[in-house]
Amino acid sequence: MQLYDTTVQSRLLLGTALYPSPQVLNEAIAASDTEIITVSLRREVASGADGGPDGRSGAGFWDSLRATGAHILPNTAGCHSVQEAVTTAQMAREVFDTSWIKLEVIGHADTLQPDVFGLVEAAGILSRDGFQVFPYTTEDLVVGERLLEAGCEVLMPWGAPIGSGQGLRNPDGLRAMRAHFPDTPLIVDAGIGRPSDAAQAMELGMDAVLLNTAVAKAGDPALMAAAMAQAIAAGRAGFVADPMERRNMAVPSTPVLGLAELA
Amino acid sequence: MKILVNATARDIQSGTLDKALAELGMTSPALATALNGIFVSRAKRADTQLSEGDRLEVLSPMQGG
Repeated sequence: MQLYDTTVQSRLLLGTALYPSPQVLNEAIAASDTEIITVSLRREVASGADGGPDGRSGAGFWDSLRATGAHILPNTAGCHSVQEAVTTAQMAREVFDTSWIKLEVIGHADTLQPDVFGLVEAAGILSRDGFQVFPYTTEDLVVGERLLEAGCEVLMPWGAPIGSGQGLRNPDGLRAMRAHFPDTPLIVDAGIGRPSDAAQAMELGMDAVLLNTAVAKAGDPALMAAAMAQAIAAGRAGFVADPMERRNMAVPSTPVLGLAELA
Repeated sequence: MKILVNATARDIQSGTLDKALAELGMTSPALATALNGIFVSRAKRADTQLSEGDRLEVLSPMQGG
């Protein structure tokens, strides 16, 4: 899979938040085989090079993530305005030394749905400034077109509200996106709860899945990370293999020809 | 002078951003700064003058989804 000028094998992008401990996070990253992990920026609380006292923030946290060898995708989570998102992206580029940015401009505090108007504006500003933008968007096709016009080469439609684990609330919308943007990498971001949700996204032809809470809040995060990786690989193979058409009625699979008359 | 550092009022002596960070003990290499909502790169900290009432944000890496 090609994302801007980077090629990756894994189609799972993994978030680094909400794990019970930094060790469990590292186990989950390893088990997932992910090549891209998402991170954020928050106010510095501790001073000194050791970073946060819990190992979940600061320079120590950053060092441990770098050690995984994964590509770093910083986000602008929590930003509600274009200015906030742009400034956060610029800060992230310096700290994480990458031009990738997972652009979130949140439009509603309850649903955490994207403010697509601000998103398009911010995507344009950042793309012109040399960023490679991964926009967290809805399945709206016109918004997707505007994002591509703004310079995005990847689209990340939501599956369901962030952290809800509801699975894909609008599979038809994602299917329409696939048909409308056949050559643009599409990554379902947010809403995945179970491996079957991730497999469904891949069967719809999505290029990848970005998830966090589904793994971090599982009873066994490392096992769930592995399960997600398997589901994504299976779903992808299922899409590429071109599934049979659904039928309304039964059709015998065992040949009728040569059937004995025993009645 | 009094400035807001990550929304907390602080009284600092330093006139420039790079010295203020040192004074505040914010010496980690993994920090990014914004003054009054505008990003200030590492390279520009020494030339960035602080003023009374400035809002300084100092951010560091954190878990994220």
